[in-house]
Amino acid sequence: MARMKFLLDAERCIECNGCVTACKSEHEIPWGVNRRRVVTLNDGVPGEKSISVACMHCSDAPCVAVCPVDCIYTTTEGVVLHDKDMCIGCGYCSYACPFGAPQFPQQGLFGVRGKMDKCTFCAGGPEVDNSEEEYKKYGRNRLAEGKLPACAEMCSTKALLGGDGDVISDVFRNRALARGKGSEVLGWATAYGKPDAKPEGADGKAAAKAGSKS
Amino acid sequence: MSLTRKTGSAGANSSRLSRNVSAHLGRTIDRRTFLKRSGLGVGAGAAVSQLPFSMIGKARAADAKGDGKTETKRTVCTHCSVGCAIDAVVKNGVWIRQEPVFDSPINLGAHCAKGAAIREHGHGEHRLKYPMKLVGGKWQKISWDEALKEVSEKMLAIKKANGPDSTFWIGSSKHNNEQAFLFRKFVSFFGTNNMDHQARICHSTTVAGVANTWGYGAMTNSYNDEQNSKCILFFGSNAAEAHPVSMLHTLHAKEKGAKVICVDPRFTRTAAKADKYYRIRSGTDVAFLMGMLHHIFKNGWEDKDYIKARVYGMDKIRDEAAKWTPEKVEEVTGMKEAEVRDVAETMAKNRPSTIVWAMGQTQHTNGNAVVRASCILQLALGNVGVAGGGTNIYRGHDNVQGATDVGPNPDSLPGYYGIAAGSWKHWCAVWGVDYEWVKSQFASQAMMEKPGLAVSRWIDAVLEKNELIDQDSNLRAVVFWGHAPNSQTRGKEMVEAMKKLELLVVVDPYPSATAALAASVRQDGVYLLPAATQLECTGSVTASNRSIQWREKVIEPMFESRTDHMIMYQLAEKFGFAKEFVAKIKLVKGKGGMDEPDIEDTLREINRGAWTIGYTGQSPERLQAHMRNMHVFDVKTLRAKGGKDAKTGYVLDGDYFGLPWPCYGTAEIKHPGSPNLYDTTRHVMDGGGNFRANFGVEKDGVNLLAEDGSHSVGADLTTGYPEFDHVLVKKLGWWDELTDAEKKAAEGKNWKTDLSGGIQRVVMKHGCHPFGNAKARAVVWNFPDAVPLHREPLFSPRPDLIDKYPTHDDQKSRWRVPVLFKTVQQANKNAVKQYPLIMTSGRLVEYEGGGDETRSNPWLAELQQEMFAEINPKDANDRGLRNDQYIWVETPTKARLKVKTQITERVAPGTVFLPFHFAGWFEGRDLLDKYPEGSAPIVRGESVNTATTYGYDIVTMMQENKTTLCQISNAA
Repeated sequence: MARMKFLLDAERCIECNGCVTACKSEHEIPWGVNRRRVVTLNDGVPGEKSISVACMHCSDAPCVAVCPVDCIYTTTEGVVLHDKDMCIGCGYCSYACPFGAPQFPQQGLFGVRGKMDKCTFCAGGPEVDNSEEEYKKYGRNRLAEGKLPACAEMCSTKALLGGDGDVISDVFRNRALARGKGSEVLGWATAYGKPDAKPEGADGKAAAKAGSKS
Repeated sequence: MSLTRKTGSAGANSSRLSRNVSAHLGRTIDRRTFLKRSGLGVGAGAAVSQLPFSMIGKARAADAKGDGKTETKRTVCTHCSVGCAIDAVVKNGVWIRQEPVFDSPINLGAHCAKGAAIREHGHGEHRLKYPMKLVGGKWQKISWDEALKEVSEKMLAIKKANGPDSTFWIGSSKHNNEQAFLFRKFVSFFGTNNMDHQARICHSTTVAGVANTWGYGAMTNSYNDEQNSKCILFFGSNAAEAHPVSMLHTLHAKEKGAKVICVDPRFTRTAAKADKYYRIRSGTDVAFLMGMLHHIFKNGWEDKDYIKARVYGMDKIRDEAAKWTPEKVEEVTGMKEAEVRDVAETMAKNRPSTIVWAMGQTQHTNGNAVVRASCILQLALGNVGVAGGGTNIYRGHDNVQGATDVGPNPDSLPGYYGIAAGSWKHWCAVWGVDYEWVKSQFASQAMMEKPGLAVSRWIDAVLEKNELIDQDSNLRAVVFWGHAPNSQTRGKEMVEAMKKLELLVVVDPYPSATAALAASVRQDGVYLLPAATQLECTGSVTASNRSIQWREKVIEPMFESRTDHMIMYQLAEKFGFAKEFVAKIKLVKGKGGMDEPDIEDTLREINRGAWTIGYTGQSPERLQAHMRNMHVFDVKTLRAKGGKDAKTGYVLDGDYFGLPWPCYGTAEIKHPGSPNLYDTTRHVMDGGGNFRANFGVEKDGVNLLAEDGSHSVGADLTTGYPEFDHVLVKKLGWWDELTDAEKKAAEGKNWKTDLSGGIQRVVMKHGCHPFGNAKARAVVWNFPDAVPLHREPLFSPRPDLIDKYPTHDDQKSRWRVPVLFKTVQQANKNAVKQYPLIMTSGRLVEYEGGGDETRSNPWLAELQQEMFAEINPKDANDRGLRNDQYIWVETPTKARLKVKTQITERVAPGTVFLPFHFAGWFEGRDLLDKYPEGSAPIVRGESVNTATTYGYDIVTMMQENKTTLCQISNAA
């Protein structure tokens, strides 16, 4: 069974914001609501890295755990969706989310879509797939059409990968191997708690440095 | 944990159920789909073409059920020159969705912010909706009939009173090839060479400098070809912002081990992706390149055999480079010996290596020398005509390459034919009009053969004393036909020029800053005509790599807008030369049943005439077949592996994608296009070549032709040879291989003027290149600086270096106007005391060009809401400035810009960077009320070019945008 994931390859992200406008266009997202955004670290100095962030569709999603009306659910593909009819707009999910994914439109037509809004992995919501109602409340449902999220599909440098977690981790692994570095970007040591871990082909020095930071 | 509610409930819908079922049956998105859709691949994955039938079948079934009128139109992004393909989904004439084109070998479905937001065109809320004129300082709606009548009557009156050269027509790099070509013809028939377009101010120095070095002034290789590079030097390009999707190929190359180096005054986003970044002082490019050559020659890293066989004049370069000792280079550029040496060594030891540039090299008062020094670097390393090497020159606008090739250039007819009598006769024959008639439209034959004004200088042709300009009258009327005013320097003086004109006409999809600036100083005499965008018409577009793509019309022209070629035709009717304008082009019914020139027929006319650069083989049928079958083209080589177009039966096998020019001969002989210029490892009919013989066969007794043994694969002539004409073909005994019809057409002609294409066909059959086989010129003796020299900018932060590296002497007349060098430099020698900071400018990824269009797009405008200046923390702290506050930026012109601070180490202490896409503010004043109501861009801001200073390249009139001086102060 496919387990949908986003993965952002910071070695490739050039902060072009293509993912952001792809999302805006596909779902007609209004000004002020950002289902996806690009965050840049060390802006303007060596070591500058950008990452594109949206709902990470967590396996054990804090938003799901805290939602007082249980309107957030996980699909069989691992996509975290929510029901805008049930949402009371309390913002508790926003409080719980480590990524700032939940958005709260203030006004305008978009308000029709419900109280909380966030990335749907282009999988719509609980309404009938590709129905007008689903589109109005949640945007397009690309997964139901056999397509992947617009942001990942249109990423200018294929930095943002979205799809079956197994496949994208293969892709990323292959890239990291080809580059001979990369684990330090995500923090090998952070993930596995071995400060001295030297992944095959990786720059040991860089990995150790990342480890010492963690 | 809560699970799905509706899925489990009675209300669960069938589709959700089916998704669950399919999830159990297997992966919803299987591996092949994923690889394809993620476009990963840039290699193997990209070849996988079919979507799994189950999922895609479902999607299509849903579409079919919903509405039979949903269509997909394939077009090409209208922003930058990368040429990203787009599938536009249109329902009942409304553009409802945009899908990635994974099959495109150029972008593999990828888009930057601009490309991914392009569907906003289908909304177009801020467009110019109907013709308008300025009456008593207010914009008034008028009808098209009134607009055409009034504009044409006023134009004709001005022509009658002051001659045709009192008008200036600024065409567009946004026009497709056919419109750009028609525009050249249109203005010619009006009777003047006073026309230009964006290329003047983006890559004119490249076009002139590079063409004079080895033949053609274009990107030699391609974005894709960087995948073959082992080292990529970005010097004068911030591709990550200006050409984002090109980085797909660059980063892929990097992952495969290519070293990426960035040398720039600013730590750009491209620098952030490079392995190495070195900072340079703005405006010292030649010194750095000579510094590299110094190390290359000193260490014997040059390719001696290549230089001997294929390069003229390298000895003189060696002498010049010898003078550029590491100490001198550091004094001028600020770069340490180890840094310069490292770049040189990395480029030399990781061949094939390529150099990438854009406006960082070109927009200087010695731009022609900078680009030639880059060419020389690549010649010294033997990198030109090599896959993975070359000079990868990134053009700006989507069709600036095409508009340069066949469009409105003041010094040339389409195809770089020039404007000599013979050139006019050639094109008159192609156009099917009488040369004498065209001549009679001009003021005189002399004016017909005199290059027109450059877009960078039109303001001087208005403001300068009449006796100092090289034409009878000053300019009285200017037409901005798809060009932003804020992309030209000296904006404050431009407003004065606008004020002085009798007539100003703007033809554009957006009213543009021209409207607002004009309305701020004028009461009347300004007309705005709404043009359709390139998404509202069909036509061909040439990407930076010379590949030509065909756009399908996505939607009908919105509001009252009309296509550019329709407007040209309608004005031609008013001017009385409509019949001549389309003498050999059929008319078709366009919007509202009105006549317009047929675009395919127009391309055929280009095909019939543009032999010099091989725009002859790209018939509309071939280009359209390429667009329908993108998947057969290899991403790394751009070459089709097999493939047959289902619609026409055209066999694609062996073609390069988009038939990158030169694609010589007629379409019938099936030249495949040239992916990498001057590549001797291929047969000429295989896209191979060698350097062009365009500068004679010898110079001062030195042979200019290639040496023995240096030729493209399979050439019957195994040494250098001149360009072909009927005499040479006869001499070689090949004449009888022409058909009788070809002989008749080719008699007395050469490879450029033989309209039958027979000479090209026969010559290429013998494996020879129609333009000859010569050496590249490291020394361009016909330029003021035959050997590229460093010259300090006119507004230099280093007065101590001005005497050592002075600029040129003033020139009495270039491109019809005087141009000052030394006078300005000397007068501003001490400007640095008052204006101690270097002011430079560049691009942002979200906006394009003058930005009127992109700043009107809410999805883009949201991402960059204010004009700003990047300032180093030291400079900010010394002036007591904090982040995100208003400041005044003032230059020696005394123009003042009110912008927000962005305090960052991206720029070094002493350098201020401003993005150039903003307009709508003028010296602190928002011009919102000067735009036609409802059509002002969402984001407005100060134009950096309001404050840029004087300075032009001596060869091409390129303006200096990159290096001037400024001071900043608190505006609170």
